[in-house]
Amino acid sequence: MIEVSHLTKSYRVHKRAPGALAALKSVFHRKFESVEALRDLSFSIAAGERVGFLGPNGAGKTTTLKILSGLLHPSSGHATVFGFTPHARQVNFLQTITLVMGQKQQLLWDLPPAETYAMNRAIYDLPKAESQHTLATLIELLEVSDLVDKPTRQLSLGERMKCELVAALLHKPKVLFLDEPTIGLDVSMQARMRQFIKRYNEEFGATVILTSHYMEDVAALCPRVVIIDKGKLIYDGDLKALVKRIRPERRMTIGLSAAAAASSFASMGTVVSHEEARCVISVPAERVNDAVKYAFAMLPVAELTIEDPPLEDVMRDLFAQSATPVAAPAS
Amino acid sequence: MLRTLRAYPALLRVGLAEMVAYRAEFLVWILTTNMPLVMMGLWTSVAADGPVGRFSQNDFVTYYLAVLIVRIVTNNWLVWEMTMDVRQGTMVTRLLRPISPLIQYSAEHVAAVPMRILMISPVIGLLLWVGGKTLMFGSLERALVFFVSLLGAWMILFFTMITIGSLAMFVQSALSIFDMWLAVHFVLSGYLFPLELLPAWVAPISAATPFRYTLALPVEIWIRKIDMASAWRDLGIQWLFVLIMCATALTVWRRGMRRFVAFGG
Repeated sequence: MIEVSHLTKSYRVHKRAPGALAALKSVFHRKFESVEALRDLSFSIAAGERVGFLGPNGAGKTTTLKILSGLLHPSSGHATVFGFTPHARQVNFLQTITLVMGQKQQLLWDLPPAETYAMNRAIYDLPKAESQHTLATLIELLEVSDLVDKPTRQLSLGERMKCELVAALLHKPKVLFLDEPTIGLDVSMQARMRQFIKRYNEEFGATVILTSHYMEDVAALCPRVVIIDKGKLIYDGDLKALVKRIRPERRMTIGLSAAAAASSFASMGTVVSHEEARCVISVPAERVNDAVKYAFAMLPVAELTIEDPPLEDVMRDLFAQSATPVAAPAS
Repeated sequence: MLRTLRAYPALLRVGLAEMVAYRAEFLVWILTTNMPLVMMGLWTSVAADGPVGRFSQNDFVTYYLAVLIVRIVTNNWLVWEMTMDVRQGTMVTRLLRPISPLIQYSAEHVAAVPMRILMISPVIGLLLWVGGKTLMFGSLERALVFFVSLLGAWMILFFTMITIGSLAMFVQSALSIFDMWLAVHFVLSGYLFPLELLPAWVAPISAATPFRYTLALPVEIWIRKIDMASAWRDLGIQWLFVLIMCATALTVWRRGMRRFVAFGG
């Protein structure tokens, strides 16, 4: 169980204009500005949940994860993770969690990942037989058996991320904080990572909190999202409900057996894009049935798909709307 | 505590493996620690016409070779490492492990000691050949006091570097503070000159600060420039400084942790 209550975090940032003169001035007279990274943030997450943590750059997502993983002290408010106060950094707490940051690594750079695994086994004081079994399982699941004996610096980004996950999960943490875990990975590797994270969550009942700029990560993994902007909570609830609320239209893609003018589609909704025999239309949810009937009746339809609007568009609209909280639907 | 003790051998093994991975860089570092050899050349020329104080030409050779060895064995580069860890955000990895980062740093640096001794073994051989009987300790007591003082010197330097390195969490780079410390250390530790050759007013300052106990004390014990009664007294003072520097390092580290902003990510 993760409880966050009225959490705030502010940083003191040194500000100066560019140029040599400003640099010289700052030696004698420093200007500081207080930046509020988190403002009165409250939410709770039950054990075993998969929650997407979303927000634009600088929203406070990573700051929240760093507070929850015990790296930062909050300025005020409280956070508890499975009963532990994170910044107290008790040994049992650190054994309960893992933090995977796509832009940071815990693998020893000049040594093979196997060395990191052996070190982690000792540091986490894991029973030998059990940790060997866990390691073998993770190595098999992530298909890294031929990588663990190569120096980390010689691995590709995707290979390294898989080996990172093995290191991060060797102690079987109950809480996974994943900060951009698929950043820089190719599409197929992203999909495999997502599949693995979901499987780990289901198999071990682990709680997963994920931040990602790849909306596919969030859509595939997280039934629930917590959205913050400028350090404030603006939505906490079901992802599908949010999509319906912000973008109540559906996206209909129609492929035709012969070319047709864009005006042929206009009566169904708003044309988003049009090529000779292919058109993407934004259709209000309540008019989808009529639009489908119309398309099959009036056009030489070869294929037709209906999807939710891209999550990126939903987020863009949400952040553009306002910083006022969006009420989550009653569950 | 028991967990730390159980994990320590694994940390030492990793530290040693990393040291081997960086062996070329390490050898270059040792080769560039040549100031004692420069000073040795200078002072043996000065002593050609007769001893300087209690130091003959041979004494200067043994003194500076002993300085070189003690410095290579006890020195560490933690300030650079900690500054880099704070600025590049890699401190995060250390903090997430259920074992104190200070323990992790200590294991990495303890692991380096056998490799350092191996690499400077030719210098040790040369020193023993030049110094002859002077360096054979003469008694088990002197040998014991020497090795305890060597450990004390290592610990004072380790905790000093933790203290200065922790300042990186307040000022983001502690390297300029370290440079200032190093300038004073070179003079007051006996690294550049035997302390007894400095003006008389320097000796009380050196004795009242940790500097003397990081280098001059083990060297003087080894080359028998200090009698056993004084060696025991100074050893007591040295370990008092170990405790003071340990408390200081822990205090600055803990306060620094409250200020830590975990850059990056």
